[in-house]
Amino acid sequence: MGLNEFLFLLAGLKWTLALSAIGFVGGGVAGLVVALARTSGIAPLERVAASYIGLFQGTPLLMQLFVVYYGLALVGLKLDAWVAVAIGFTLHASAYLGEIWRGSIEAVPRGQTEAAKALSLNYVSRMKDVILPQAIRISLPATIGFLVQLIKGTSLAAIVGFTELARAGSIVSNQIFQPLLVFGIVGALYFAMCWPLSLYGAWLERRLATATR
Amino acid sequence: MTNHATTPPAATDTPMIVMESVEKWYGGFKALTGINLSVRAGEKIVLCGPSGSGKSTLIRCINHLEAYEKGAIRVDGITLGDDSSTIDAVRREVGMVFQNFNLFPHLTVLQNCTLAPMRTLRQGRKEAEATARRLLDRVKILEQADKYPAQLSGGQQQRVAIARALCMGPKVMLFDEPTSALDPEMVKEVLDTMVALAEEGMTMICVTHEMGFARQVADRVIFMASGEIVEEAPPEVFFSKPSHARTKQFLGEILRGH
Ligand SMILES: Nc1ncnc2c1ncn2[C@@H]1O[C@H](COP(=O)(O)OP(=O)(O)OP(=O)(O)O)[C@@H](O)[C@H]1O
Ligand SMILES: [Mg+2]
Repeated sequence: MGLNEFLFLLAGLKWTLALSAIGFVGGGVAGLVVALARTSGIAPLERVAASYIGLFQGTPLLMQLFVVYYGLALVGLKLDAWVAVAIGFTLHASAYLGEIWRGSIEAVPRGQTEAAKALSLNYVSRMKDVILPQAIRISLPATIGFLVQLIKGTSLAAIVGFTELARAGSIVSNQIFQPLLVFGIVGALYFAMCWPLSLYGAWLERRLATATR
Repeated sequence: MTNHATTPPAATDTPMIVMESVEKWYGGFKALTGINLSVRAGEKIVLCGPSGSGKSTLIRCINHLEAYEKGAIRVDGITLGDDSSTIDAVRREVGMVFQNFNLFPHLTVLQNCTLAPMRTLRQGRKEAEATARRLLDRVKILEQADKYPAQLSGGQQQRVAIARALCMGPKVMLFDEPTSALDPEMVKEVLDTMVALAEEGMTMICVTHEMGFARQVADRVIFMASGEIVEEAPPEVFFSKPSHARTKQFLGEILRGH
């Protein structure tokens, strides 16, 4: 395998990172909205959020990408692959992060909300200043765990013609007929991204467990 | 927390809190059955009664931590409605201290005290911190201002919780068993703080079974059972000549327990 092939893999890696970042940022913003809706205490809003989470957790990511890209094209909405994939990952990640963060918000003791209300803090301040800082701490291990899943999940973007790391690997492997070597390198690159994150998540989880002993 | 330390204002005739036929249900269970209560400005009320009698529910209705189904509540002339504007207005006048302190664990002692004044009273940081330091000094814990709640003892945390509530400049303070979660040796420091507050003329409703505190500061002791006010009397009368059988039985149990 020559330098050119390796650089091609790195270009794929760059897209994998970009897709992960888009999914995480887009999914994070939308996921916060989902989590807040899910814990709003307004029954119809909670039901809508619960259905949204159920829908995207209950169907394969591959299918979601497929629907956003080809499905919307069928009804005349031809999206750029980039936009389609960004929307697909944002929807997917927002459902999972929304559910993780809902759990964390509910894990903050009720007394915190009551004390904040008794001090006449309004909803925005109660969330921003009191509940979310504690909820985010609680959610960190699970959030990082999901980020690892998301990085690996970006390989599915190949279905809409996206040349991220996994697809770059199969292209190179088809060219130089050394699948073992090529996919060994591809695997090592995924591992180099995911393993430190997993370690960090496990470390945070241990630290959290001792802090709240 | 006024400057009139020399002449503690006595209880006046102006009602600070009025509850009229307040009824509260939890599903099919009636937790408050027509509560009528009027508390004058500067008055100190001790509320006692067996577990489950509705003491917490009663005081939590006053700042609308619990909604109620029937009746009316007025605080300092503001009628508590279901809209957030009157609820907010009432909460600004009413401080609350909880059994489990409920300090914000991710904020320092000082930040716990300045958060609400900066957010809801729109005070600047300087002003809020100056007030917070003065009140932390009042509860004798100023030296801990930069620590986190978890680094303090229970008694210290409860005194911070009192200072935090006072930072909003409330006209009324509600206490829900403020010493029940404390180790015995820390009860006194919290009670002393409450006595000092009472002597300054704060209007107070305290749910507590500390009968020494009741004797010392209460203008009236109210005994609740099954969601009703069964008996109310000045402490001298309440402890020596309780008129209802349930009160006698309750006092017997409490005094035996001590
Ligand atoms: N959220 C709730 N849902 C259902 N029932 C409740 C709820 N909160 C309180 N109750 C019931 O209402 C009644 C009054 O409760 P409350 O907490 O006011 O009693 P209390 O006098 O403060 O008791 P304690 O001394 O144990 O604190 C109890 O029977 C209790 O079980
Ligand atoms: Mg109670």
